[in-house]
Amino acid sequence: MDKMEQMLLWFELHSLQERYVSVLDNDRLEEWPTLFTEDCEYGVIPRENEDMGLPVGVIWCNNQRMLRDRVVSLRHANIFEAHSYRHMTSGLQITPVDADTVEMRSNYVVVQTRANGESQVYQAGRYEDRVVRTPEGWRFQKKRAIFDTSRVQTLLATPI
Amino acid sequence: MSAVHTSEAAAVAADAPAQKLAFFPREDGSRVPYEVFSSQEIYDLEQERIFRGPTWSFLALEAEIPKPGDYKSTFVGDTPVVVTRTEEGELAAWVNRCSHRGAMVCRNARGNASSHSCVYHQWSFDQRGNLLGVPFRRGQKHMTGMPKDFDPKCHSLRQLKVESYRGLVFATFSDEAPALPDYLGAEMRPWVDRIFHKPVEYLGCTRQFSQSNWKLYYENVKDPYHASMLHLFHTTFNIFRVGMHARSLPDATHGLHSIITVTKNEEETSAAYKQQGIRSMDDGFSLEDETVLGHVKEYDELTTNHIQTIFPQLVIQQIHNTLVARQLLPKGPDNFELVFHFFGYTDDTPELRELRLKQANLVGPAGYISMEDTEATELVQRGTRRDPKATSVIEMARDNPGQQDSNITESLIRRFWVGYQQLMGF
Repeated sequence: MDKMEQMLLWFELHSLQERYVSVLDNDRLEEWPTLFTEDCEYGVIPRENEDMGLPVGVIWCNNQRMLRDRVVSLRHANIFEAHSYRHMTSGLQITPVDADTVEMRSNYVVVQTRANGESQVYQAGRYEDRVVRTPEGWRFQKKRAIFDTSRVQTLLATPI
Repeated sequence: MSAVHTSEAAAVAADAPAQKLAFFPREDGSRVPYEVFSSQEIYDLEQERIFRGPTWSFLALEAEIPKPGDYKSTFVGDTPVVVTRTEEGELAAWVNRCSHRGAMVCRNARGNASSHSCVYHQWSFDQRGNLLGVPFRRGQKHMTGMPKDFDPKCHSLRQLKVESYRGLVFATFSDEAPALPDYLGAEMRPWVDRIFHKPVEYLGCTRQFSQSNWKLYYENVKDPYHASMLHLFHTTFNIFRVGMHARSLPDATHGLHSIITVTKNEEETSAAYKQQGIRSMDDGFSLEDETVLGHVKEYDELTTNHIQTIFPQLVIQQIHNTLVARQLLPKGPDNFELVFHFFGYTDDTPELRELRLKQANLVGPAGYISMEDTEATELVQRGTRRDPKATSVIEMARDNPGQQDSNITESLIRRFWVGYQQLMGF
């Protein structure tokens, strides 16, 4: 892969990340599962467990249907205070595995604003992703949000 | 004038040490003054009378500290303690405060160590908290060391009494606490035995912080009435039915522990909801992946929910195939932390283990059927802060205090408050 191809690939994956963040930060949750493959894995895992090699997370889905179920549940069943996220991401690093598969890592900070208008750092962590090329473009086959922040304040409704 | 006023007030307080900080207007626990959720004085008294009183506080699963030297930092109430496994394989716990000048000795959440030394002056302690060494105790050259009458045996870390029941580790500050099995009591032990009937494996924890009083969470887990009202996941996706067989059992001696179970029967009773016009009965929704609600039968009866409180800081939970020991930690009158310790059995098949991890989506800070609990307790905290003398109204099934086969009841909450008043002297 020459330099231009590398830059293009980075740019495409950065765009995927930007789209991912935009969907979550602008209440377009129904689009969120469409950025994953059907056989995807998605998890939000405390770093405390990750460092010890323990599997438990606050969310763990192993197919796209579970992601859609979560959106339906958040829209129609679960009760939580209205809030919004702003994801800040940085340090996107990509490692091609083969022509159609790339592993990527980046940092994130999520600032949450609740109904009273106060904003605070809700979660800091890193993404560890595996993306694959599909007819619709690059999609997440695996996305793990590993958070440094030790506790979840009040509750976690909207995905990270 | 104001100075006189202040000293008079102080004199009155000194003369009346037994004056109650909170007034419960009824004896049956059905009226709870809101000040118990926000008063710093009451909170401080709870630390003495409850968390350092004749109770056993849950610290860890033995499976978290399986090897000699393994340790974990945690709390009894808001006192930092470390629980360790000694070289002999026994359990020990000590207050994480150096006997020298008060610094925290252990600064890690977890680890393995044959001894623990304070970074400030490197006083070192063995796994039981006994003082091993003091640098320059004998001085050096012309410089004098510790006085001749300094006896290391008198300067151990403060040690707690530790006992384990079926792999659950508890500690107490008090010599008055009954033996742990007696403290758990005859009503609760069979239900602990039910979950901890074979060796468990620790799968990790999740932590949730709530801006509300710790006892509001205790009310919540003794309150089967709210389950199908607040947690609409059940009803939105047609999961939970009023007609399932229910149990609400208190501990018989003090009422502070309790167990709630919901067990499946074949009867379909969605009609009960429809009659009452509850908004949750939208027939239109179904899960695309229902395995999150799968249920592999592991015990005698097909109980979907087992919620058991062991006062003051443990809730044992089995929901479908998720198994959790929830540790409840007070953090001042206005805050608490919940630590969900997930576990499985050591002989889980890979399929069952995956099911447990999948069903972890049901509980914890992002859990489909639990995320609302802290939302509710925070709403109470915010709603009651300015009205300390006002009271809640806890009446459901008050006319039938002996009924134990119902989940439309607040009897366990009333029993809890009666037990709380006795412990606190209110």
